[in-house]
Amino acid sequence: MSFLELSNIRKQFSNVATPAVQDFNLKVEKGEFVSFLGPSGCGKTTTLRMIAGFEHPTSGSIVINGKNVIGVPANKRKIGMVFQSYALFPNMTVADNIGFGLRVAKRPKAEIEPRVAEMLKLIHLSDKGKRYPAQLSGGQQQRVALARALAIKPELLLLDEPLSALDAKIRVSLRNEIRAIQRQTGVTAIYVTHDQEEAMSLSDRIVVMSDGRMEQVGTPFEIYNFPQTQFVASFVGTLNQVQARVVDPSAGTLEVEGQPIVAAKAFDARKGETIAVALRPEMMSLDGKTQDDAVNRLVVTVEETTFLGSIVRTRARLRESVISFDTFNNPNLALPQRGEKITVAFPREAILLLKPSNAATENLL
Amino acid sequence: MKRSTFWGLFWVTLAALYLFVPLWGAFDFSLRAERDVIGVAAYTRAFADDDFWRTFIFSNQMALISIVASILLIVPTAYWVQLKLPQLRPAVEFITLLPFVIPAIILVFGYIKLYSSDIALGPITLLPPLTNSDFSTNILLVAGYVTLALPYMYRSVDNGLRAMDIRTLTEAAQSLGAGWFTIMFRIIMPNLRAALLSGALLTFAIVVGELTLATFLGRPAFGPYLQQLGQHKAYEPAALSVVSFLLTWLAMVLIYFVTRGSNAQVTGAH
Ligand SMILES: Nc1ncnc2c1ncn2[C@@H]1O[C@H](COP(=O)(O)OP(=O)(O)OP(=O)(O)O)[C@@H](O)[C@H]1O
Ligand SMILES: [Mg+2]
Repeated sequence: MSFLELSNIRKQFSNVATPAVQDFNLKVEKGEFVSFLGPSGCGKTTTLRMIAGFEHPTSGSIVINGKNVIGVPANKRKIGMVFQSYALFPNMTVADNIGFGLRVAKRPKAEIEPRVAEMLKLIHLSDKGKRYPAQLSGGQQQRVALARALAIKPELLLLDEPLSALDAKIRVSLRNEIRAIQRQTGVTAIYVTHDQEEAMSLSDRIVVMSDGRMEQVGTPFEIYNFPQTQFVASFVGTLNQVQARVVDPSAGTLEVEGQPIVAAKAFDARKGETIAVALRPEMMSLDGKTQDDAVNRLVVTVEETTFLGSIVRTRARLRESVISFDTFNNPNLALPQRGEKITVAFPREAILLLKPSNAATENLL
Repeated sequence: MKRSTFWGLFWVTLAALYLFVPLWGAFDFSLRAERDVIGVAAYTRAFADDDFWRTFIFSNQMALISIVASILLIVPTAYWVQLKLPQLRPAVEFITLLPFVIPAIILVFGYIKLYSSDIALGPITLLPPLTNSDFSTNILLVAGYVTLALPYMYRSVDNGLRAMDIRTLTEAAQSLGAGWFTIMFRIIMPNLRAALLSGALLTFAIVVGELTLATFLGRPAFGPYLQQLGQHKAYEPAALSVVSFLLTWLAMVLIYFVTRGSNAQVTGAH
């Protein structure tokens, strides 16, 4: 049994027709760092708030550490929460903020004081305990909020875009600090963000969400390299998406704008059907002269080349679709010119077959 | 630049004169209780009257009780409406404005009519007549004062609540294990300090000089005493109004200093 299990979660707000979250199933192991990644309004916060107990699922179950928490009020769940707006209590000093949860739990003073000192040390603010929140910078305030949430030794730590109110430089250093503290304390963490770099760099696993559904769950490596749906491919990373017509699924052959390409494996699709495929830009090259049959070739029209020093970025059109790829700068070759027809080559492994987005599948039914 | 500074000063001076000349007049008058002598005779005489102390203390007690009662009534209500029932907000705002439209005299006659006999449901008496004893009449008086102060208290509490992010603060406190009571008294009220103080000051100002409710409920309050005094004496009422002005200013200065500290905390480096 996993530490946190969300099963068939659905949340329907009474005044909205479409559910904010549906078909949500997730298992999180103890000590794991999981991110919810997706565009604005896709249901990340709603899902997190259901775990915290601030929102109640319309149906489905939430089990934390073997205990079904549906119906357990938020203040009995022992879940730490960090908010985008810090939400420090303005009337209390930093130390009092951190000790608040322990005071509410009526822990003895002899336990609270050393714990507060320990937390202050953890966030490198030992000298700021007597300050008020308004006397700290945004980054410091968010560290205090983190310490406050962790002081009660929660079973689960939930963070809702904790860095989006901060400026870019602090964002990077603080996210590393959050990850380090999470490793150090071993707390299971769920982190909501719409920033893919943040999700990639922090998480053990990422849940990509769109329109209230999970699109894909996987390690950052899997999500980036093997997106399964059109949505994930376009939201994460820089894959080129083109529409292809299925020629023979058992042989893995397809046709893009009348030009044949072959995938590495056989796949499951109907003959003549149009499906979305992604082409990995980092596997593409300009060398169209190889005669190797194992290599795919597409003739494209150059739209734009950008010289970036060590690399050259080429954007090319294939009738309806645009593909973009980087090649290493080679002083012996002239840059492709705008309007020029060139041949791009890529191995079979560069082709990735995408399912339509989960939401779209449902719509077809 | 010069021109606008000049006119700014001009209007400020005019406003100050408008406010201070009558006050100065009252003060000057209050010092002339004895012929040809400038002195504090009016003050000593006013303070020597036992009825002054009795009614003044009574009204202050009622003011304090009204302040506590209205805070306990209004803070949780305004908080709950903002947090959970925002759609009720226009209705609640309308109710809090009613005391502006309904004169105190109507209010007090309504009270007397309703509460001077048993309130019963068939044979069961729910509430005995409240006007029968001094104590229960005081309850009516406080209820009336809370009503009169409602528009001011509600508005300042509501503004105070809007100035902080009560939803997130509530959720943060809940996630740390706090229940409603803790949230109300350890998070919401302390952060409303400035709003509560200004609401309290306004309530105080209304209650201490209030005439209608106290007269018709027959309570020995300061308002009726001052009115009585005004009918029979000339210098003492002037002395007492100067004193009450000074008291009010003292309260305002106090509030200024107390709220300055908390404002520095609330609005800082955001
Ligand atoms: N209290 C509510 N009442 C009605 N609809 C709501 C409520 N809260 C959220 N929603 C809707 O549910 C959907 C998901 O919202 P949610 O806040 O979970 O999105 P999000 O992924 O966190 O977005 P963001 O990145 O902008 O924070 C949205 O369409 C939103 O409008
Ligand atoms: Mg959100």
